[in-house]
Amino acid sequence: MTTTDERPATDTTPTARRWETACPLERLQPERGVAALFGEEQVAIFRTHGGELYALGNVDPRSGAAVLSRGIVGDRGGEPTVASPVYKESFSLVDGRCLDARGVSVPVYPVRLHDGLVQIGLR
Amino acid sequence: MTDTRHLVVVGNGMVGHRLVSALRDRDGRGDWRITVLGEETRQAYDRVALSSYVDGKSEEELRLAELADPLVDLRLGDPAVTVDRERRTVRTASGAELTYDALVLATGSVPFVPPVPGRDLPNCFVYRTLDDLDAIKAAAAAAVARPGPGRRSAVVVGGGLLGLEAARAMRLLGLSPQVVEIAPRLMPVQVDDGGGALLKDLVTSQDIAVRTGVAVSGIREEKDRLVATLSDEVELDADVVVFSAGIRAADSLARESGLRLGERGGVWVDATCRTDDENVWAIGEVAALEGRTYGLVAPGYAMAEVVADRLLGGQARMTPEELDMSTKLKLLGVEVASFGDAHAATEGALEVVVNDPVAGTYSKLVVSDDAQTLLGGVLVGDASKYSTLRPMVGMKLPADPVAMIAPGGVELGADALPDSAQICSCNAVTKGALKEAIGGGACTVPDLKACTKAGTSCGSCVPLLKKLLVDEGVEVSKALCEHFGFSRAELFQIIASTGLRTFTEVVEKHGRGRGCDLCKPAVASILASLGNGHIHEGEQAALQDTNDHFLANMQRNGTYSVVPRIAGGEITPEGLIVIGEVARDFGLYTKITGGQRIDMFGARVEQLPAIWRRLVDAGFESGHAYGKSLRTVKSCVGSSWCRYGVQDSVGMAVLLELRYRGLRSPHKLKSGVSGCARECAEARSKDFGVIATEKGWNLYVGGNGGATPRHAQLIVQDVDQETLIRTIDRFLMFYIRTADRLQRTAPWLEELEGGLDHLREVIVDDKLGICAELDAAMALHVENYADEWRGVLEDPKKLERYVSFVNEPGTPDPTISFVTERGQPVPTPRAGDPEPVLIGVPAFGRQEVQ
Repeated sequence: MTTTDERPATDTTPTARRWETACPLERLQPERGVAALFGEEQVAIFRTHGGELYALGNVDPRSGAAVLSRGIVGDRGGEPTVASPVYKESFSLVDGRCLDARGVSVPVYPVRLHDGLVQIGLR
Repeated sequence: MTDTRHLVVVGNGMVGHRLVSALRDRDGRGDWRITVLGEETRQAYDRVALSSYVDGKSEEELRLAELADPLVDLRLGDPAVTVDRERRTVRTASGAELTYDALVLATGSVPFVPPVPGRDLPNCFVYRTLDDLDAIKAAAAAAVARPGPGRRSAVVVGGGLLGLEAARAMRLLGLSPQVVEIAPRLMPVQVDDGGGALLKDLVTSQDIAVRTGVAVSGIREEKDRLVATLSDEVELDADVVVFSAGIRAADSLARESGLRLGERGGVWVDATCRTDDENVWAIGEVAALEGRTYGLVAPGYAMAEVVADRLLGGQARMTPEELDMSTKLKLLGVEVASFGDAHAATEGALEVVVNDPVAGTYSKLVVSDDAQTLLGGVLVGDASKYSTLRPMVGMKLPADPVAMIAPGGVELGADALPDSAQICSCNAVTKGALKEAIGGGACTVPDLKACTKAGTSCGSCVPLLKKLLVDEGVEVSKALCEHFGFSRAELFQIIASTGLRTFTEVVEKHGRGRGCDLCKPAVASILASLGNGHIHEGEQAALQDTNDHFLANMQRNGTYSVVPRIAGGEITPEGLIVIGEVARDFGLYTKITGGQRIDMFGARVEQLPAIWRRLVDAGFESGHAYGKSLRTVKSCVGSSWCRYGVQDSVGMAVLLELRYRGLRSPHKLKSGVSGCARECAEARSKDFGVIATEKGWNLYVGGNGGATPRHAQLIVQDVDQETLIRTIDRFLMFYIRTADRLQRTAPWLEELEGGLDHLREVIVDDKLGICAELDAAMALHVENYADEWRGVLEDPKKLERYVSFVNEPGTPDPTISFVTERGQPVPTPRAGDPEPVLIGVPAFGRQEVQ
């Protein structure tokens, strides 16, 4: 996660990472996601009402459809979420876990704002 | 078990059914095995609600709970024909001989047909069983279909409760009913002369002709029709004659076996419901309890309970003086109720009458000579006080009797009643028993019905059950989700009255958090219903549900389907060619929908604008197949082509579809228009359905297909086009304002206090004074409608979103692939998907599409 005030996110993964640009910040409407393609990897990127950025894998685990970026962004008990547009399960934007089915989760990607560009950390 | 005894129940009506279920409930040890002999071939059904069969209720809906029990042997269509009391055997029509330890006669009654010449002619019917109604329906349909000028008509012999129900049924079947009653007033048993006079006015104003004080003296055939001659020598033409002039106990079995009978018919029984043979009992309409027969279901149920108790060694007995002969019914929008000593037969009884011919209401209370105790009453026109007054019979009046029935007088709730008061008289459930059930965890009306049986027969006490739940502090949470403590209807009021027009303002002022996939689409729908511009304008875009997100229907593999509007199902050859070319050029799968249009599947999100550019250029617009909004108005071909059509149903369907297109609502809305009573457009399975008549249009509301099919109910009849549209406008706007989230019109109407009659009062009679507001809201919608897809194509900012990937706008989603099935593309099955099984058809090869 990062905020839109130019602070870089803390990189907690030890492996080498490259930052890839997804889009300019203004292309991200608050609470409406976009998808980006890096090689074969699909990433869903979200900007919350408060201005925080999050990135999850774009594939909905239940349907296999690459559509999580098209879900409704909101919160559950204060935790920011996106609801899958296919069968409506909610996923935490913070750690990618499914809040409606135990043991299901989607990958989480580091995301940062760099020179007004939204960038995703890839391995 | 060797000591199991055998009970034979003759009759599978409501009372026989009640005896068996009561006995099985209580006979935990299985002392009795039961054989039920039914004359009808059908399972037991709710005969009290018989007339609703004409409104479209199915036999399944009327059926009573099935007695699937190893100790119950149900033999349908095999009535008892003789009883040998010496040998304790019953012989059935099929020749079976059954030996009994106890025999219960529950044969009910047969319709009384006055002995007039011609009563056996074809198209003369009685009104008693579902088979009777099937025959009447067929005869009415044949009469309506017969060519020739003028309305088809029915003569209903008898103006009692059943006669008025029959008259209403005739009207629903398209016939003009004429009621002939020998007594000087309608419903002579239940109401007095004052109430009867008002009742006649109210019934006559519903296009039902009424003749009182005359009898039918003969019926003859004349040129395919019937002519009924009356005692005053008037002759009435009729296509159908229905006898509903009372009932007689079906006591022939008892008569032939030598049992004692009542003086005026029926099997004589004592207060324990035992006949003069100790092994034989009688219950329900066939029983003459201490010499008197009862034609209502409540006394029959009480008798069934007494016999069940006696068979298990109990000491229960009937108290005929306490039998409740109360009646409440609502027919043709007219409410009639009578309870207790309605005719002031008690010595010294006083009558307090409030007669308001302007409002069309008549209320009478019968009180004791000291005006302290309520003895009975009659209510005509407005029977809303029945549910609180009836349980008060025999009790001290809580207020001045005039104030209790005067307009604007004392409002009585459940709290005015003592615990001993019977709330449900059909099933003898007291207020105390209901309070106990609520204390035990029942917190909804269905809960109370399930655990006490209250409200499960005539249903008149349901409003009181609701009040009781509120009085006992049961609150039902209608909150939308964790972000809003309001129901959708409350939120609608808040948004409409505060003028807030963004989700952020609404959630910050009236909610908490940042919303979710429940409340955001609900708020989006409310904002759209209030006319807030394009649904992708500004912040609204982020509130839209899956399909509204891209104005297309998302399918299982993340592709979309596209449905252009084909209003009324009417399309030109050129239009069909455009759709065909678009589908071919974009490689889409095509299918005809149930709503008379064409669905194109398999479009990727980045293809949608190019597809719609072609469609919009050819004159198509969004079909809103993706929205909680009007879908289609289906139509039959109507009078332009059809030999039977009486109105232009296609023209009407197109007009309605174009009027309500794009109207956002709590759930999807479907409609249909049929050009005649044959109903080929299946309009009665729609949220609002229109059926043409020779005089105009009939409007039905609250129907749907799906998992819980419902037939729509008639709300206005034979109206002109202007009235029809005004009524639909108000119906839709009232629904949009007051329904719950994702609640379709049928459950909404079911939950609406006062039901269809209340709805009619609100949108036809403007009882709440909101019609001008509803009309204005619809006018605003019609004026502001704009095609959503054209709106997207004309705005580069909105178009920007139609890409699979923000960083590679031209690249399609690589996870999407198709295979060919029956010559068309379908999504490639995922591992774990069930393989389609084709039986008796050569296997189709599946091939990868390049």
